[in-house]
Amino acid sequence: MRRSAPTCSPIRAASALALAIAALAPVAAQADVPSGGELTLYTTREVALVQPLLSAFTAKTGTRVNTVFVKDGLLERVKAEGARSPADLLMTVDVGNLIDLVEGGVTQPLKSAALESAVPPNLRAADGQWTALSMRARVLYADPSLKAGAIRYEDLADPKWKGKVCTRSGQHPYNTALVAAMIAHDGEAKTEQWLRGLKANLGRKPTGGDRDVARDILGGICDVGLANSYYVGQMKSAKPGSDARKWGDGIQVLKPTFAAKGAGTHVNISGAAVAKHAPNKAAAQALLEFLVSEPAQQLYAQTNHEYPVRAGVTLDPLIQSAIGPVKADALPLTEIARHRKQASLLIDKVAFDQ
Amino acid sequence: MALGRPRAAGPLWRATALAIALVALAPLAALAWTALGAGGAHWAHLLAHVLPRAAANTAVLLAGAGLLTALVGTGCAWLVTRVDFPGRGWLRWALLLPLTVPTYIAAYSYVDLLHPLGPFQGAVRALLGVDSPRQFRLPDARSMGGAVLVLSAVLYPYVYLSMRAMFSTQPARLMEAARLLGEGPWGAFRRVALPMARPALAVGVGLVLLEVLNDVGASEFLGVTTLTTTIYTTWVTRSDLGAAAQIACAMLGMVALLVWLERQGRRRQRAGSVRAMRPAPRHPLRGAAAWLATAAALLPVLIGFVLPAGHLAVLAWKRAAEGHGLSTEVVSGAMHSGGLALGVTAAAVGAGLIVAWAARSTGSGGGARAWWLGGAAVGYAIPGTVLAIGLLPPALAVDGWIAGLLGLPGLPLMSTGMVLLVGGAIRFLALPMGGIEAGLARVPASLEQVARCLGESPLGTLRRVHLPLLRPALAASALLVFIDVMKELPVSLLLRPANVETLPTLLYAEAARGSYEHGALAALLIVAVGLPAVLLLSREPAGPAAPASPRSDPPAAVDAPTALVAMKEAT
Amino acid sequence: MSTLALEDIHVRYPGATADVLDGLSLTLPLGGIACLLGPSGCGKSTALRAIAGFEPLSAGRVMLDGQELSGPGVHLAPEHRGVGLLFQEIALFPHLDAAANVGFGLRRRPAAERDRRVRELLSLVGLAELGSRMPHELSGGQQQRIALARALAPSPRLLMLDEPFSNLDGATRDRLVGEVRGILREAGQTALMVTHDAGEAEAMGDWIGVMDRGRLREWRPSRVEA
Repeated sequence: MRRSAPTCSPIRAASALALAIAALAPVAAQADVPSGGELTLYTTREVALVQPLLSAFTAKTGTRVNTVFVKDGLLERVKAEGARSPADLLMTVDVGNLIDLVEGGVTQPLKSAALESAVPPNLRAADGQWTALSMRARVLYADPSLKAGAIRYEDLADPKWKGKVCTRSGQHPYNTALVAAMIAHDGEAKTEQWLRGLKANLGRKPTGGDRDVARDILGGICDVGLANSYYVGQMKSAKPGSDARKWGDGIQVLKPTFAAKGAGTHVNISGAAVAKHAPNKAAAQALLEFLVSEPAQQLYAQTNHEYPVRAGVTLDPLIQSAIGPVKADALPLTEIARHRKQASLLIDKVAFDQ
Repeated sequence: MALGRPRAAGPLWRATALAIALVALAPLAALAWTALGAGGAHWAHLLAHVLPRAAANTAVLLAGAGLLTALVGTGCAWLVTRVDFPGRGWLRWALLLPLTVPTYIAAYSYVDLLHPLGPFQGAVRALLGVDSPRQFRLPDARSMGGAVLVLSAVLYPYVYLSMRAMFSTQPARLMEAARLLGEGPWGAFRRVALPMARPALAVGVGLVLLEVLNDVGASEFLGVTTLTTTIYTTWVTRSDLGAAAQIACAMLGMVALLVWLERQGRRRQRAGSVRAMRPAPRHPLRGAAAWLATAAALLPVLIGFVLPAGHLAVLAWKRAAEGHGLSTEVVSGAMHSGGLALGVTAAAVGAGLIVAWAARSTGSGGGARAWWLGGAAVGYAIPGTVLAIGLLPPALAVDGWIAGLLGLPGLPLMSTGMVLLVGGAIRFLALPMGGIEAGLARVPASLEQVARCLGESPLGTLRRVHLPLLRPALAASALLVFIDVMKELPVSLLLRPANVETLPTLLYAEAARGSYEHGALAALLIVAVGLPAVLLLSREPAGPAAPASPRSDPPAAVDAPTALVAMKEAT
Repeated sequence: MSTLALEDIHVRYPGATADVLDGLSLTLPLGGIACLLGPSGCGKSTALRAIAGFEPLSAGRVMLDGQELSGPGVHLAPEHRGVGLLFQEIALFPHLDAAANVGFGLRRRPAAERDRRVRELLSLVGLAELGSRMPHELSGGQQQRIALARALAPSPRLLMLDEPFSNLDGATRDRLVGEVRGILREAGQTALMVTHDAGEAEAMGDWIGVMDRGRLREWRPSRVEA
């Protein structure tokens, strides 16, 4: 006779099912609503990044924030949920994604004096359908021994950089936004040329994240690479001796600009919008206003190493020393969003990721 | 084939089975609907610039991984069943260990391990007396070659399991007959053992290829653009669900082709009359040849399990040393993963039993039977992402309807994780269904007829006769489902309720931030939980059923590897 | 000049205390059919396996046509011995059809010649039209006849049959014994069969060797007129 193995009799099956529900159900058993109310936040930002801000909000107002991390398909998810969606606030990165939410019809306008005074007009929608909460610059990490001077994004296609450039996937929103901005500045034909040149200069496949750029520079795979500014703060503030710290200390940061006259460094934003069928609209507005207030913007700067949207907030000292203030490109964000699909198609056309 | 097989399953049973098959097909239908409604706007662009290269990459990846896993799996299976060498006993099951390592973990680990700053190249540089990686560096793992190697390293056990079962039951007589007809040992292997094993090879490689198609994490991380990653990108960056659905449908065409090819490979053969034939004794090796065999069998275990798991253990230990212990996050993630795995296993095995039982009892109607089984099993062939995208619209519609009906706020099914459970069950339904179907087929009609004559009802026969005989098949498939759910990523990512993380989603979030090492503990837990299941799976009976009188069929003794073999017959 | 000669062969399994074959000697002339008769465990199957080369000898010699197959310091590999063996379990290759099974040992011959020989053998065993059937599509008796054709195809110097009829039912067995003897006689094939059934042995063989505990107790002509 064979070794006795668990029989899947109906009783066992039912109890296993019950166990499963029990494991998952505490989530739903939120019968106790806190005194300050609650709201549901759908975010594509990793929860650990926004958690400090949300905790501060809850501490101040007593409102509990339920977070749902939706890595992909935020728009699809909210759309599919329709009028029964529990989402109050939708938080994401990249202006293109925000505008997608608006155009997808899952947001609603907001009138808030606090928002209007804190956030510059080019960083929010006129009717309040979306607003930026923090900024990040797309800079160049480079080998410390490199002497580059005032470098421009367009220079990266120069053959002298052959085999020396690293970047993440071309289709990643951070990069498509950059390409979209370049299309807005230089036109599609020139951008296509630039993309082809850049592809030829790649030292390895465009994959991984921005931190891998630092690691690969240290590893000798490339000399320079596109990455976001906040990772610098993250890496340099890591524990000494840890890998991240080694990478952070092993690079220098360059602030490239576009070739066009008066253009600055490409920036992107993280932002949020109130959901169309938000059950707790007032709480959502309160959270938004909190996020652009001085203490929250300070947190964005210090804890997340990002550039605040509110004027007069001091930068994180690590960012201050490693990068310093950045001359943000004056191109309206809506322009970038407008060219994003074009950028994405172009990146496919030159087979950048393949 | 007995005439007039008793209709053991009543109409209620059959109706339930039909409902299950329909639910399983719902994502597919929704997908087709979305695809058709999308229009041809993006199709031209995709066709011109994206699809050819993605399809070509996918094809190369499939071919490379298929070939490599076939070689490694078959070679190891042969060594372990036919040859005696030191360490054979434990290597026999150790070769299954890479089953616990998901493809994405293998990818992350190897990029780390083989990075210029990593241990391997560090050692090479030390040997060569070179200081900096800028002076000397090996090719990057982030390439097609790297992808083929990484995927093969953790997927070969599917072939190994299948071939091991086949070789260990191959009768000695056939090889001896071949020898007497003039073939040397190598010729006998090539002309008899290998062709006879072709169906098992087809099953094993078929499973590998499906896993390769399903993989997103590893391909994406290693920089290989496949059809699956293209689906993701199209959806995520262009927010174009329609176009994504279209690519997905095209990809399903590829899957259908694969399945058809595999069927063709198995067509003319019957497992053959392996009754009352004893397997061949093992050929002992001595000296250098023996140690060479040990090394050859040890290598896949090292590459597929020891290195990635060891790397994770080191990372986790470093994290613990830095003061980050077992966070509540990881604990709750583990509980959620475990609970989900249990629930999906129960649901899938239960549903599989219903469908297999009902299908068996239709008697004739081969066409109808195939429809049910094919339909219910289709979830396994669909990549997880595609399945989840397809499942969302109908699931949310049903959810909304139920909520409206019962006056509940929000989305009750979604937030209790029911949708995730159903998604997982659809995805893995093929595993228990195939195993149970094969097991049922082996139960002779005579047993059932005897029970009926003794006064037992059809349902009672199921409970008292079939289920006990099916225990090994049920157990094996339940274990496989459990392991697979623990590792599952795409469906979990998309269908999770609020604030619920599973271990794989935790890990993926960390990797997405570029801080993979923070997820090391979660990754280690994923691997660790799979271990006991793999060990149980590897306990195979010593040989085929003892020869009774040559006239009677051996009793329905279905062992784990046979279940694996049989499960594919359902898809 | 005899075809097969077993000279005092001893076979002992590793770890056993006694010899399974304890000094077996016999000679078989060209074209003769001999049957080894004995109860199970007497070593008759072992004798066949020793002649085929699957069991090494611990002492003695096996000679075929004056060539030493096994002996002190000599052990020719099975595939080089030119010996055929028909198993109790039939052992047809399940992945090949009947004709391919028959032609298996003729790999090195040109295709036309191979096909001709296969056809010839299929008619010899009376299954000319069943060449394209798969083994599982044939009855037990038909399978054993295909196995016989397969063993005869390379014209072995010696054909051995290991209780070939014991898996078949009574009527088939009786019929097949007569047919097989006829086929062997017609082909002039030297054959050695083992069985535990005395009637079978008398019907099949020209000579009967009675075995007991690894030795030949008796060697006599068959009592049945051929």
